[in-house]
Amino acid sequence: MMTTGQTENKLAAPSRVTGEGPKTLRAGFIPLVDASVLIAAAEFGFAAKEGLAIELVKDVSWANVRDRLAFRQFDIAHMLSPMPVASMLGLGSNPSPTITPFSLGRGGNAITLSTRLFDRMRQISGIAENANALDNANALAKTLQWMKERGEQLPTFGMTYPFSSHNYEFRYWLAAGGIDPDHDVRLVVVPPPLTSDALEAGAIDGFCVGAPWNMVASERGVGRIVAAKQDIWPSAPEKVIAMRPEWAQEHADTVSRLIVALDAAARWCDRPENHDALAEALADPRYIAAPVSIIRHVLAGEFSLDNKGNRRVIPDYFQFHRDFANYPKPGHALWIYSQMLRWNQTSFSSENLQAAASAYRPDLYRAALGTGPAGDDITVEGRSLDNRFMDGVVFDPDNIRTYVESFPVRGAQPPALEKLQSDDSLS
Amino acid sequence: MAKSDLTILVIDENAIRASIIEEGLNDAGHRNVTVIHEVNGVARIIETQQPDVIIIDIENPNRDMMEHLFQLTRTVSRPIAMFVDRSDTALIESAMEAGVSAYVVDGLKKERVKSILDMAVSRFNAFSRLRRELAEAKSALEERKVIERAKGILMKMRGLSEEDAFALLRQTAMNEKKKISEIAQSVVTAAGLLM
Repeated sequence: MMTTGQTENKLAAPSRVTGEGPKTLRAGFIPLVDASVLIAAAEFGFAAKEGLAIELVKDVSWANVRDRLAFRQFDIAHMLSPMPVASMLGLGSNPSPTITPFSLGRGGNAITLSTRLFDRMRQISGIAENANALDNANALAKTLQWMKERGEQLPTFGMTYPFSSHNYEFRYWLAAGGIDPDHDVRLVVVPPPLTSDALEAGAIDGFCVGAPWNMVASERGVGRIVAAKQDIWPSAPEKVIAMRPEWAQEHADTVSRLIVALDAAARWCDRPENHDALAEALADPRYIAAPVSIIRHVLAGEFSLDNKGNRRVIPDYFQFHRDFANYPKPGHALWIYSQMLRWNQTSFSSENLQAAASAYRPDLYRAALGTGPAGDDITVEGRSLDNRFMDGVVFDPDNIRTYVESFPVRGAQPPALEKLQSDDSLS
Repeated sequence: MAKSDLTILVIDENAIRASIIEEGLNDAGHRNVTVIHEVNGVARIIETQQPDVIIIDIENPNRDMMEHLFQLTRTVSRPIAMFVDRSDTALIESAMEAGVSAYVVDGLKKERVKSILDMAVSRFNAFSRLRRELAEAKSALEERKVIERAKGILMKMRGLSEEDAFALLRQTAMNEKKKISEIAQSVVTAAGLLM
């Protein structure tokens, strides 16, 4: 692991935050553009202004980030939004209570297939170069059918973590095309910085990952971007700032100042005139270590779909601040829970429902900033035109089981024992 | 059940460190130890060997792949979770610091795992110390080489004896508050430019 300081510090327990004065928070992160707000807060003085110092520690895996937060080597961490939800549900190999009072924004993911697979999709289904996300999913379904009939090996796709937006978005996209992600393809985990190499080497045939790794693959000519996160669900939660609930309670003042600093940093990251400076900082080897030009394009939502000049501009590819992008909306945690149910990672119960929602802490956000979106924290999602799911299905958090069962493609039924338990808890 | 009955899988990209761990496990009486250096194909190994304990270095970016695997095997075989003894967080913290993590199957007594993890932590730390010492020895050797070359240059260009050449380097280093090796490097660089 690398530390971002000048010397490689041994990761002892972080200094305890007590009393007033500058406080040092040790923050773990994974090299991705969606860590921008956290990195900007540390690099451009927003944390210092609130009397905080953020010591950023680059890590290599989400499991490490989770464990280092759980065992107090980190105070806060850049995390996948489903991770606190999974922790509260007791899922994963080291579940330890984790909450989020601040989302790091919307957008940033995309699905990329190998140019080889995309070319076959074009041949077999005749889709246009500029087909939309749903057309592409349907074309892949047709291609898989064709491959199956000829006894060809089915493709292997990469995502980042079992409890990740990427896992659920890739599955959502595949299933919208009628593809069963557990049987028609093979889903494996590939660390984000290795996705482009894995695609080129033929180890995987596609992946869903955050920026800038999709564009890195398309610019190298090894991949073709077939769907962006916005195509699947524009409001889909992405990364969050995570912390231990007892730490948040013991350091209420620090948490409040941290949220103020992150809010200011997010506002700054959203302004296009700051993107040059942001891209320059992110490209540094201490952070993402990717070409500054690619990061600059990613921030602007200017996509090279491939290396043949096919481009697409996605206006809100990254939303760091606007429209309350940082508000940890409990309804989003419930949508994540619904996807965990859909893919049979957990079971339904009213306790689980509450546990999932408790991972998101809008009370801490509102207490620090004195503001928040109008309207309820748990609402029906996907009804308005600018917030539509790619398959047109509407998410009703009051009827999660009906919602999950309405999908023609979903995970196998849970084992009898689990089903029994979930039924019990409902009675 | 004797502790030698435990099946242990060690996953470490560093082959030398892995063999140090393996040796430690063998010394402790464990006979069913498998060592692999990359996670490709680990799924099959876990299926066939059914390890009770898995030791993995935490700098391995493929740890997330292992998490996925454990999630998948949750329903088909014995559950595997990270070894966490909430009554002994110091052990886990020292393990994280040393860079080692352990996964165990459900139902295994924590005392049996603790001794394995203790051993792995001390071996990981010993290995880091060894590597640090090796790096230090290497750089000391490099420094000596540069000083020798600088001495040679001074002897040739200024007609100094070996002793005087070294005294000049040392005096200059003291005057400039720098290390002798840094002054020596400057001499070598300057000589390279001038000759």
